[in-house]
Amino acid sequence: MTETPRPSPAPDRSRAARRTVIACAATVAGMVGLSYAAVPLYRIFCQATGFGGTPQVATEGSKTTGERVFTVRFDSNVAPGLSWRFEPEQPTVDVKVGETTTIFYKITNTGSQPVSALASFNVAPELTGAYFTKLQCFCFNEITLKAGETLEAPVVFYIDPAITKDRDLATASEITLSYTIFPSKGSSKPVAENNDPTRKPKL
Amino acid sequence: MATAAATAHDAHAHHPTGWRRWVLSTNHKDIGTMYLIFGLVAGLIGGALSIAMRLELQEPGLQYFTNPQTYNVFVTGHGLIMVFFLVMPTLIGGFGNWFVPIMIGAPDMAFPRMNNISFWLLPSSFALLLISLFVEGAPGSNGFGGGWTVYPPLSTSGHPGPALDFGILSLHIAGASSILGAINFITTILNMRAPGMTLHKMPLFAWGMLVTAFLLLLSLPVLAGAITMLLTDRNFGTTFFDPAGGGDPVLYQHLFWFFGHPEVYIMILPAFGIVSHIISTFSRKPIFGYLGMAYAMVAIGAVGFVVWAHHMYTAGLSLDTQRYFVFATMVIAVPTGVKVFSWIATMWGGSIRFTAPMTWAIGFIFLFTVGGVTGVVLANAGVDRQLHNTYYVVAHFHYVLSLGAVFGIFAAWYYWFPKMSGYVIPDWIGRLHFWIAFVGANLLFFPMHFTGLAGMPRHYVDYPDAFAGWNRISSIGSYIFALGLLVFFYGVFVAFSRKERAGDNPWGAGATTLEWTLSSPPPFHQFETLPRITGSDH
Repeated sequence: MTETPRPSPAPDRSRAARRTVIACAATVAGMVGLSYAAVPLYRIFCQATGFGGTPQVATEGSKTTGERVFTVRFDSNVAPGLSWRFEPEQPTVDVKVGETTTIFYKITNTGSQPVSALASFNVAPELTGAYFTKLQCFCFNEITLKAGETLEAPVVFYIDPAITKDRDLATASEITLSYTIFPSKGSSKPVAENNDPTRKPKL
Repeated sequence: MATAAATAHDAHAHHPTGWRRWVLSTNHKDIGTMYLIFGLVAGLIGGALSIAMRLELQEPGLQYFTNPQTYNVFVTGHGLIMVFFLVMPTLIGGFGNWFVPIMIGAPDMAFPRMNNISFWLLPSSFALLLISLFVEGAPGSNGFGGGWTVYPPLSTSGHPGPALDFGILSLHIAGASSILGAINFITTILNMRAPGMTLHKMPLFAWGMLVTAFLLLLSLPVLAGAITMLLTDRNFGTTFFDPAGGGDPVLYQHLFWFFGHPEVYIMILPAFGIVSHIISTFSRKPIFGYLGMAYAMVAIGAVGFVVWAHHMYTAGLSLDTQRYFVFATMVIAVPTGVKVFSWIATMWGGSIRFTAPMTWAIGFIFLFTVGGVTGVVLANAGVDRQLHNTYYVVAHFHYVLSLGAVFGIFAAWYYWFPKMSGYVIPDWIGRLHFWIAFVGANLLFFPMHFTGLAGMPRHYVDYPDAFAGWNRISSIGSYIFALGLLVFFYGVFVAFSRKERAGDNPWGAGATTLEWTLSSPPPFHQFETLPRITGSDH
C-alpha cells in the first residue's frame, strides 16, 4: 500500500453519489408505500385464500354434494358499548358438504336510540375459511335498528365439497362460525348508553 | 511513540472547539464518539431496568413492583432501549461511523451534515421514550406495557393514555435517524472507496455495515408505516387493525415482523464484521474464506426478509405456510454456519494471542452459536407451539443479542479503544471483565432454557414457586454481569488517568486494515491524500 497524490476530484463521483442517494430515498418511499399497500393487498389475499378463517362468498350453491357431515356451531358476540342482544336461533346444525343451509340469528336493539352496526366474522379452524362459502349474510351490509326493534338475520351457506380433499382438515368435524357486532365507526350518534367504566365488556 | 503523538496533535490544530465541535460536528469520528457515549448511557438505563426485573423475579411473589403493569412497562422499556438505543447506535452509529470511512480509505462520510442530524435525532427520540415511561398508559399506570412488538389490540384499545403515542413518535424519530444513517453508509461505501479498493477487497466490517444499511433501508420504512397506522388507529379513528372497521390485528404482526426479523440481523451483522477482524488480527492470518464470509452476510440479509412469520406460528398459519417458514428459517443456519466455521478455520494453525479483544471475540462465537442452535430448535413450528412466549425464547434471543451483539460491542471496544482514544486499557482488565461477564451472562440466561422448557411464560411479574430455584440463579447472574460493568468503567478510567500512549498499531502484524496505518488517535481529517490499495489483505 503506497500513498499517491489524490487524483483530480472527479465530477463522476458526486454524480454517482447523487444517484445512490436518489435510489435509496426512492427505496424508502417505496417501502413506506408498500407497507400501506399491504393493507388492501392483505384483505384481498385473505378473501381469495380464506387465510385467517375468512369465509368465501359465492352467488350460487354448490353443484355437487358429498357424504361427509360437519357440525357447524354458531357463535355471537357484541362489542362493548353496544346495547344489542345477538344470538343464533339454534346453537349448532349438522350439514353435509355441498348442502345449502339457511340459519337465522336474532338481533335486538335493547337500547333507547337507533344505532347502526356492522358484524365482522370468521370461521374456526381458520383453515376451513377457504371452504366455508356464504351465499347470503346479514353481515354483508350495515344494520340499522330502531330502539327495541328485532331483526331475524339470515345466513345462507354451504361447505365446499373440496374440503374432503384437504389433508390438513382430514380429522376436522366441526366448524365454528363466529360474529362480532361492532357499532359503525361512521355512526355519528353516541352508541354507548351505559358509560359506567366498571361495566364488564360483553365480548 | 513521541513523534506519533506530536503529529497527532498537529493534525488537531484546525478544528472547532468547545461545544461547537460536538453539537455542530460534521466529523465522522466525533459523531461516532457521541454515538458510543449515547449508547453507553442508554445501555446503562436499559440495563438498570433489567436489574429491576431480575430483583423482582429473584423470589416468587411481588417484591418491589406494587403494580404488576409497571413491571410490564419495565420489560417494554428494556427491550426498546436495548434494541434502538444501545445496540444500534453503538454498533452502527458508533463503530460504523468511526471505522467504515477509515477502513475504505475515505476522508469522511459522504454527507457529514446528514450524519450530524442522524445523531442528534437520537437524543430527542430517546427523550420521548423516557417521557413515555412517566405518562399514563394503561388505566391506572404509567408507561406502555405491551412489549417492544406493540401488538394491537392491546396497544390500540388497552392503553388509552398518551404513553404509547410518545413511544410511537420516539420510534418514528429513531427510525428516521437510522434511515438517514443507512443512506449515508450506502453512499459512502459505494462511492468513496479509495482507488484500488474494489468491493471484493473491502474489509468485512464494511461489508457487514453495507448489508446492514440495506436491511435498514428496506425494513425500517415498514415499521414506520405500521406504527403510523397504529397512531392513526389510536387517535384519528382509522381501523387498519381494528376489526370493528374491517381491519385485522394479525396484519400488524405481519408488518411488524417484516421489519422485526431483519432487525435482529441489523443488530448482529456489524458484530460479525468486527469479530472477523479481531479473529484475523490475533490469529495473525487473513480471514479464512473472505468471499464466502462477505456473501454469507449478504445471504443472511436476503433470506432474513422471507422468514418473518416464524414469529407467528401460533397466530393461525396454515400448515403449508408453517412448513415453508420452518424450512426458510433453517436455511439461515447455512450461511451462519459458513461464518462460524470460517472463524474457526481462521484460528486453525494461526499464532493465536488471547488478548482481551480476542477473548471477547471467541466468547462471542461460542455464545452466538449457542443462541443460533436454540434458534434452529425454535424454528420448528411444532416445537415452537410448546415454547412460544416462554423463557426459552428469552434465553434464545438474549444468547444472540445480549451475549452476541453486546459481546461484539465489548470486543470492538477493547480492540479499537487504543485507536480511538490513543490510550491503552491494561489487557488484564479487559480479560477480567470478559470472565465476569461470561460467567454472569451464562448464569443469567442459561437457566432460562430450563424454566422455559418447564413452561414458564414471559412478561409476568410473578411465577409459581416451582420456578424459584433457577430464577434466583438467573438474578445472581445478572448482578455478576452488572459487576463486570464496574470493571469495564475502571478500565476506561485507568486508560484516561494513566494516559499510557498506544502506538499506531498496538496489535502487531495481524492488524492489516487501514485504521492501523494512521496515528492513534487518528488525525482530525485523515487521508487528505487517498491511500492506493494494491495488496489483497483483508
